[in-house]
Amino acid sequence: MGVKVSMTVNGKKLSSDVEERTLLVTLIREHLRLTGTHVGCDTAQCGACTVHMNGNAVKSCSMLAMQAEGADILTIEGVAAPDGTLHPMQAAFKENHGLQCGFCTPGMVMNAIDFAKRHPVAGEQEVREGLEGNLCRCTGYHNIVKSIVAGSKAMAAGK
Amino acid sequence: MHAFKYHRASSANEAASIVARNGEARFLAGGQSLVQMMKLRFVSPSDLVDLGSIKDLAGIKADGSGVTIGAMTRHAEVAGSAEVRKAIPALAALAGTIGDRQVRNMGTLGGAIAHADPAADYPAAVLGLGATIHTNKRKIAADDFFKGMMETALQPGELITSVSFPVPKRAAYMKFKNQASRFAIVGVFVADTAGGVRVAVTGAGPCVFRSKELEAALSKSFTAQAAAGVKVSDKGLNKDLHASPEYRAHLITVMAKRAVQSIA
Ligand SMILES: Cc1cc2nc3c(=O)[nH]c(=O)nc-3n(C[C@H](O)[C@H](O)[C@H](O)COP(=O)(O)OP(=O)(O)OC[C@H]3O[C@@H](n4cnc5c(N)ncnc54)[C@H](O)[C@@H]3O)c2cc1C
Ligand code: FES
Ligand code: FES
Repeated sequence: MGVKVSMTVNGKKLSSDVEERTLLVTLIREHLRLTGTHVGCDTAQCGACTVHMNGNAVKSCSMLAMQAEGADILTIEGVAAPDGTLHPMQAAFKENHGLQCGFCTPGMVMNAIDFAKRHPVAGEQEVREGLEGNLCRCTGYHNIVKSIVAGSKAMAAGK
Repeated sequence: MHAFKYHRASSANEAASIVARNGEARFLAGGQSLVQMMKLRFVSPSDLVDLGSIKDLAGIKADGSGVTIGAMTRHAEVAGSAEVRKAIPALAALAGTIGDRQVRNMGTLGGAIAHADPAADYPAAVLGLGATIHTNKRKIAADDFFKGMMETALQPGELITSVSFPVPKRAAYMKFKNQASRFAIVGVFVADTAGGVRVAVTGAGPCVFRSKELEAALSKSFTAQAAAGVKVSDKGLNKDLHASPEYRAHLITVMAKRAVQSIA
């Protein structure tokens, strides 16, 4: 058994032969070798696997690759500029020490970018609520929240 | 998860007929409940019929008397819809409290009510507002739809196409949420409608139900005080690590009081 799935990942069109039951995160990590997207819980709790599908943050461990047929997928590898310049949200995480071990960071950044597009002038409370789908076991969230408040401002200013 | 055959349906009829032909087949909406259940092997369908490409199953239509929402409309769309916010603000607000941003970007109205999790939010709005569930075969009144723990009136292969919510005079939803999943430990939807006061409770029992005691009290006097005076029985309520039946009974009164307070 097998099916063909086609989508755009980080701007590149691709087709892949997969088993029907292949999860989107498996396609991204194991078929495309884009290992920046992490698997923390595999049960839709932690958000480490967050990517964008057509601009919306989704948990790639909780959907089939086939559900992304024809979609535009953005992973953490596609966020920085081609010359390596960090995305304003990535820069804000670096500036504000928004990570320790870094395991949760790709998912945090992907969710934060989607959040910031919708809440350009978010305060701390809104950011904390916007982070409900992402867990971090190191930082205690304080610096992540600071990073996202700063990153949102930088994104709004850059527009 | 076990292997299965994948189908992409392009119309509601095609989806229903594939499921009808394959006894162990299931519809796939957002996958936010089904994919996890399959990973855990709670369910192992032979076939999945993806509803994601059926254009006329998604979308929101509102007029003066009601709001009709397609089964494949994502929670985030309902939460962000200017039309829903204007016509039934409590419904948009409820959708905005489901799970987290990522879950709301995928999860759908049809999937949520077909799944009928005892702690799900949408069933409270569907029952509280006295909505009508449209399927590929018939219309089902909310009062006849939720049958028990993850059990609905849907027949095998029956597809929800949309849900129509009548506009109430006023309505509010209050949820005491599980801090980790945001599912309702107890959620109460209070609606003052043309047909009287309706109070739907989710999270507390095996499935969403109407509280006759609260409805009677609020029909006499639509005040927070009236709600606060009702003692709800704990008989048959859920017991788990989050809350005892006694505590849930207490929370029903408190959530009802807060809901009324926000709109009275
Ligand atoms: C981390 C997390 C937190 C969550 N928190 C909440 C919460 O706080 N409150 C809440 O209410 N829910 C919560 N949910 C559940 C979420 O709302 C799901 O999206 C929803 O229960 C199922 O919708 P779905 O579109 O993903 O359906 P799926 O998972 O695709 O399907 C669920 C079931 O419904 C059937 N089905 C789907 N569509 C139809 C249709 N049109 N007609 C007939 N049958 C159909 C499927 O065959 C399947 O059996 C949470 C989920 C997760 C993962
Ligand atoms: S790995 Fe997907 S949510 Fe944790
Ligand atoms: S930085 Fe280690 S899990 Fe968040």
